[in-house]
Amino acid sequence: MSPRTIAEKIIATHAIEGFVAAGGIATVTPDILMLNDVSGPLAFEQFDAMGAKAPAEPARVVLIADHFAPASNIDSATAIGALRGFARKHGLAHFHEPGRGGIEHTLLDELGLVGHGSIVFGADSHTCTAGAFNALGIGFGSTDLAAALATGRLWLRVPETIRVELTGEPGRYVTGKDVILHVIRQIGVDGAADAALEFGGPGLAGLGMDARMAIANMAVEAGADTCAFEGDAASTAHMAHRGRAACAPVLPDADAVYRARLEINLSGLSPIVACPPSPGAGVTVAELRGQRVDQVYVGNCANGTMTDLRQVAEVLRGRRIGEHVRMIVVPATQRIWREALAEGLLDIIAAAGAAISTPTCGACFGGHMGILAAGEIAIATTNRNFRGRMGHPDSQVFLASAWVAAASAVAGEIVSPESLEAVP
Amino acid sequence: MTNAVDVVRGRVHRLGDDVDTDAILPGRYLALRDPAALGAHCLESLAPGFRGRVREGDILVAGRNFGNGSSREHAVIALKAVGIRAIVVVSAARIFFRNAINLGLPVMVSPEAAAGLLDSETATVSVVANTIEQNGTIWRPKRLDGEVAAILACGGLMQRTRELLAAQEGEDAENG
Ligand code: SF4
Repeated sequence: MSPRTIAEKIIATHAIEGFVAAGGIATVTPDILMLNDVSGPLAFEQFDAMGAKAPAEPARVVLIADHFAPASNIDSATAIGALRGFARKHGLAHFHEPGRGGIEHTLLDELGLVGHGSIVFGADSHTCTAGAFNALGIGFGSTDLAAALATGRLWLRVPETIRVELTGEPGRYVTGKDVILHVIRQIGVDGAADAALEFGGPGLAGLGMDARMAIANMAVEAGADTCAFEGDAASTAHMAHRGRAACAPVLPDADAVYRARLEINLSGLSPIVACPPSPGAGVTVAELRGQRVDQVYVGNCANGTMTDLRQVAEVLRGRRIGEHVRMIVVPATQRIWREALAEGLLDIIAAAGAAISTPTCGACFGGHMGILAAGEIAIATTNRNFRGRMGHPDSQVFLASAWVAAASAVAGEIVSPESLEAVP
Repeated sequence: MTNAVDVVRGRVHRLGDDVDTDAILPGRYLALRDPAALGAHCLESLAPGFRGRVREGDILVAGRNFGNGSSREHAVIALKAVGIRAIVVVSAARIFFRNAINLGLPVMVSPEAAAGLLDSETATVSVVANTIEQNGTIWRPKRLDGEVAAILACGGLMQRTRELLAAQEGEDAENG
């Protein structure tokens, strides 16, 4: 057998038809099919129009109300109702809404539904987040997912792979967000088109699972089809923690063929901020000295984790948010929200003057709960800063880590935590 | 087949590089599903007036990385609702490409045609003949073949899957 990358190996174990090497077409049966309140309702219309009676694999279907949940208006209440209705009609075990859920990509891991070697097909572009767990997450639109629901399978073109070799150890304020913003500014917003981004190397040991999620999440911002981290001791322990049966990590063959290779020495990185309107426009924090912000947003499917909330609390402890700034903090899931409460993080954050919301996608995609007006400027731990992404087309979004976002909330301008005066 | 997507003849509307799906259809409208309601907001901030200029059957021409970002199929529904029937690009993001094909909107990849097609003038895109023509100039895009061609021949993935499921049911009935 010819040597294979992680993506080729995982696709091979799920392919029922087709030769599985980069460039080839394969028909794949995923382990999980995930839809949300934006993509689901469209998919169900198509599913019905296809004449499908029931999902081919109901146990594999996961429906999560996160984008507009809790409902922001009557249209979104109707959309969430469509999701709930499909779950009830087909007796699906996995339907999650506020109070018992969270943002889909974070929740999927929390539910123990993704692990070494598994494949998730999601009707959402950030399904690539699953790559953090040595799994493959592949994003699709609603009609593709409708066909996959109906038949249990879907065709895809097997991507080539770009290998990112990590070495060194990240400095105190360097996070997963900084690693991926660095990758995107290096290769460009379509630099990984038709490819999987594969992360591995000795530097992996210095990146926790939350940091890996932040990296995998934004693979699509480099144009990647999907993403895969090597599995290691940390991912193995994480799977056990999530209650998954043990299974060996999928590693690339030594002589696997890559489209390109990239090496990143983590010890050489410093915090990066992506300037509007492109996730590829990363600069150092120092280059943005004096840049005013009106709103600070910490949340989203990869940066509303305990790691992020701890960073925010560490910066905000004993400090106040700047007078002309508002800060919104969104724990990604209900479980994270409760854990942060128990750890005392939410109190520190609230005492500093931030608003804490229930888990939701909310303002990340300009839906609700923190929309920007014309002329307003935000710094956010989200993944897209396209024009108008968080509201008015003449608003602007800078992307950064939770460390930098929290420090900027205190200063009222973009700064690194190091530059804040010490708390007396 | 009656639904088959093949020849599109209409006027060209040009856009630039890196047009993301948030620009095609902003997030705040994603709770909508009605095509006309989505079409009303199509490209509203990137290309104001676009919707008014497009007539049924027109062709959208764009640069690199067209349709990048969100997987929202609403973007394709919005473009179809205003009348766009074919797209010619330098390159397209994978999910957008699939979504468009799945809804019977052909996306032809041809850097030469994307550079050469003149705005506001009529052009013809032929999927099966694999040509793009304007004022006598003919370009040959990357051929849409395999499953992509099969989906377009049915008019979209919904129609294709419906046929497959019906055929399967027929088989099951015979065997049962
Ligand atoms: S948090 Fe933002 S990027 Fe993540 S799934 Fe929700 S809308 Fe998409």
